[in-house]
Amino acid sequence: MLGVDTINVTLGDAPVLKETSLSVADGEIVAVLGPSGSGKTTLLRAVTGLLEIQSGDITWDGRSIIGVPSHLRRFGLMFQGYALFPHMDVAGNVGFGLKMAGHDNINEEVTKALVWVGLDGFESRPIDSLSGGEKQRVALARTLAPKPRLVMLDEPLGALDRNLRQRLVLDTRRVLDERGVTAVIVTHDRDEASALADRLAIMREGSIVQTGHVDEILANPADEWVAEFLG
Amino acid sequence: MTRIRWGWVAVAAVPAVFIGYFFIYPVARILGLGLAELDVGASGLDARLLRIAGFTLWQATLSTILTLVAAAPLTWAVSTYEFRGRRLATALITVPFVLPTVVVGTAFVSLGFGDSIWAILAAHVFFNIAVVVRTVSTLWSRIDPQLEEAAHVLGATSWQVFRRVTLPLLKPAIAAAASIVFLFTFTSFGVVLILGGFEFATLEVEIYRQAVTLFDLPLAATLAIVQLVGVTGALYAYSRYQERKTVTWTLESASNRRAPIGPARALVALSVLTTIGALSIPLLALVTRSFSGEFYRSLFESDPVVGRPISAVGNSLLFAFIAMGIATLVGVMAAAVITGRRGSLSRWFDLTLMLPLGTSAVTIGFGFIVALGWPVDLRASLWLIPIAHALVAVPFVVRSTVPTLRSIPAETREAASVLGASPSRVWREIDLPIVSRAVLVGAAFAFVVSLGEFGATSFVARPNTPTIPTMIFRLLGRPGETSFGMAMAMAVVLAALTAGIVMWIDRAQVGEVGRF
Amino acid sequence: MSRTQTTVGAVMALALVLAACSSGASEESPQTITLMAHDSFAGGVTDATFAPFTQETGIEVKVIAAGDAGLMVNQAILTKDNPLADVLFGVDDTFLSRALDEEIFLIHKAKDIGRVAPDLVDRKHRVTPIDFGDVCINYDKSWFESTSLAVPDDLADLRANLYASHLTVEHPATSSPGLAFMLATIFEFGEEGWLDYWADLRRAGVNVATDWNSAYYGDFFRYGGQSSMVVSYASSPPAEVIFAEEPTDTAPTGVIEAGCYRQVEYAGVLAGTDFPEAAAKLVDYMLSVGFQETIPLTWFVFPANQDAELPQVFVDHAIVPEDPARFSAGYIAENRDRWINEWIVVMEG
Repeated sequence: MLGVDTINVTLGDAPVLKETSLSVADGEIVAVLGPSGSGKTTLLRAVTGLLEIQSGDITWDGRSIIGVPSHLRRFGLMFQGYALFPHMDVAGNVGFGLKMAGHDNINEEVTKALVWVGLDGFESRPIDSLSGGEKQRVALARTLAPKPRLVMLDEPLGALDRNLRQRLVLDTRRVLDERGVTAVIVTHDRDEASALADRLAIMREGSIVQTGHVDEILANPADEWVAEFLG
Repeated sequence: MTRIRWGWVAVAAVPAVFIGYFFIYPVARILGLGLAELDVGASGLDARLLRIAGFTLWQATLSTILTLVAAAPLTWAVSTYEFRGRRLATALITVPFVLPTVVVGTAFVSLGFGDSIWAILAAHVFFNIAVVVRTVSTLWSRIDPQLEEAAHVLGATSWQVFRRVTLPLLKPAIAAAASIVFLFTFTSFGVVLILGGFEFATLEVEIYRQAVTLFDLPLAATLAIVQLVGVTGALYAYSRYQERKTVTWTLESASNRRAPIGPARALVALSVLTTIGALSIPLLALVTRSFSGEFYRSLFESDPVVGRPISAVGNSLLFAFIAMGIATLVGVMAAAVITGRRGSLSRWFDLTLMLPLGTSAVTIGFGFIVALGWPVDLRASLWLIPIAHALVAVPFVVRSTVPTLRSIPAETREAASVLGASPSRVWREIDLPIVSRAVLVGAAFAFVVSLGEFGATSFVARPNTPTIPTMIFRLLGRPGETSFGMAMAMAVVLAALTAGIVMWIDRAQVGEVGRF
Repeated sequence: MSRTQTTVGAVMALALVLAACSSGASEESPQTITLMAHDSFAGGVTDATFAPFTQETGIEVKVIAAGDAGLMVNQAILTKDNPLADVLFGVDDTFLSRALDEEIFLIHKAKDIGRVAPDLVDRKHRVTPIDFGDVCINYDKSWFESTSLAVPDDLADLRANLYASHLTVEHPATSSPGLAFMLATIFEFGEEGWLDYWADLRRAGVNVATDWNSAYYGDFFRYGGQSSMVVSYASSPPAEVIFAEEPTDTAPTGVIEAGCYRQVEYAGVLAGTDFPEAAAKLVDYMLSVGFQETIPLTWFVFPANQDAELPQVFVDHAIVPEDPARFSAGYIAENRDRWINEWIVVMEG
């Protein structure tokens, strides 16, 4: 279980996260929804340990993980631009986390992960030969393959065209459900958020202003801004 | 909450100790020795010295510009197109870089060049063209063609695409190459002496004259400081420029050379043939003379005076491999440190590593012999030779590695970290494979720097182990047709060896299609 | 691992292996003494050079090459307190004063010093003469034959346009034979007349090269250049015979006997050596007949010891000028910088 407890993050001189709090139960999928620039990506990077927080605490199962370097947190993060490794093929990318963990049968696991995302047989394809949708799936498979304790997806479908998105939303949800993972998904799209997640966390100017099921929030928005943002 | 990253400190320590002990300390010692005796009133910077400083700056600037211009057509051809003989062409242009100045000087003189500023400038272009072609084409060949295509679609002509898209993207590499050429020509010694005489003295020549011929150490030290200040200023401007201009853009994983078609064929052929042709004139004179007798066979026979000349090849290769190993190790670690942190510390670190290239060899050489007697007496040790070569070669590795390292997006490394890779593992799995080609370009230069015997080694006492350049000097130091012919044959061996090894190192860059 | 990485790895591994192989070579027994010499001497040293000395005394000789004579003397002075070597060889008159002023040598009267022409000997025995050579104008015989011109007899003849425009000299500031030839003109025409002489040469089109290499192999007619005469050594013609492409009995070049300048090279025991006795023995060996007789054919200079016999090719093709010019080291030291500057004003001003 993830706990984010009133953290503050300043990048340069600008406060980006202000007293932000969020908790995610085991097996729960939470979507952080907010306009661009509201600090969603920063929140993920703080949880992952890619940037330092000025105050507050981040816990896993009640224990603080501040000071644990990102490569030891066993979290998974799927980057907005995917950040696939250009010098490796598909199998190299998907198997990377397993290799770091010292796994034995990496090939088998890679094949399995590729099956989850519907890319079986793509093992030896070079990265720059993939289409946008294929890249998204490889990135997803790469994030899931090492079985992280927490999966974070940053605008997982942001860069794709609408048709592809509708299909991939379902695929992604299915993959996440089948794995039973705990996940935080960052998006600016309400439909995507409600399709992918059980619970929404609305973010505005660096703070979580309301959490709850989409219907609850729609029925009972915390303020005018939330009501307007969700339309 | 800031943790000290011990791994980073350890990585930084290697290049820091290297440059500190083998450069800063010796140079500080010899300059201290010279300045201690300085009589401020007596040895002023008179008009002559100002003129020399002015000329040094002027000819280095002009040489750099001319080299960039002369290198442009070939750089374009080998970066953009795949054609037969492309690798041979890029290997061939490296040959002048290693040839001893005395050989090239003799060739230039007998071709009727000599004693003019044009001869000096031509020779500087001749020697340094490879630096530009190789450094810039590494980056150029990997620009995403979509960027250029996008500009075309937006209505830009080919020239506008080059001017507005390609050139700005290449600026970091062009600046890197220019900085190296500038340093090389700023400290030009042999070329200026042989082809210019004293009329065109550079600071380097004047430092040599004051320190060695006149033994005026205080004045020599003063001049060395003027030289250091000039070089530091130029490097500082360069690094500021580099920081402002470097944008992170994703390099294509494979080079995007295509086969030339239509009018491009003729242009490529013209670029390659004129450049190689012009460079070949002095080289052909060399080759012709080397074949005018049984000189190659003589290289393998024992000569009563110089031994078996060919044995120098082994020594040269040994030194060159060691120097390349040291320079690559130190250079790659330095590049990691420089790109790992932004800010003034890494900028000064970068700058300091470049300084040996712009410091007079006499200063470094004399520094070695006054400073390196302790804790281990390295002064006349065999190790000093590859170390001195590596000192000059490190900037090549750093300059060719840093732009590529900077072009790796932070996210790529972060992704690896999140997937469980420790910082050192990220370096090994991500940075190193991606920069390995650029490193090889630098390593190849380190190798030829050593083969061509640059740096302080010609100015210090060293074990009596002949290398190819010193063997050429020995043969050229005595009269007689066979002496001369053997020297030319030896120079051709050096040239062939250089071209061969550079091609061998380049081949590794091709690798599997579409892969790093 | 990609192929690129494999190559990087292989290159680094190879470098380390080679490095490891070479590290054994620098070991030194206390019974070794070190001789510091200029590059052209060091280049001629082979295993055989000091073998008789090692056989006789049990002492190995390690040679280090220290650049040209000027660099070598400077290095010896800079390392006076912690010398790089035990014996220094190759200092000539033009740099001798500086070395003596800095007191870098121990006094040693060599065993065979009595067999050396007295005018070569340092009376205080701080240095020992080992060899001498004469810097003279060489000419290309075929050129003079084809033009039917007479070979000039003396320096004064060279003033004529016809000759001066076919002469290449080396710059006195960058070249040791260049400096020697300038001294020869001062010796010949005196302080009053020598600059006028050079002014005449300049007007008549004399060519100035930076160093001996580019003069001889770049400008000399024999090697494709424009000058039928070049400042070189009296021993260059025998070298032309020995290193001829086709075996020959006649030298293709000749020496103009007038206007030569004699350069003497000395050896000395470096102050600060831990082995002054062994070092002195090495100097003695270098003046002994056995070593002296190897000098001509290795370094193309003449032995200082008069008992040493010259090889036949030297007897046939080399000349030893009767009255070469020579100045004392002290006199050269006092005036050299001024002379060079005056020369530069006349020739480049």
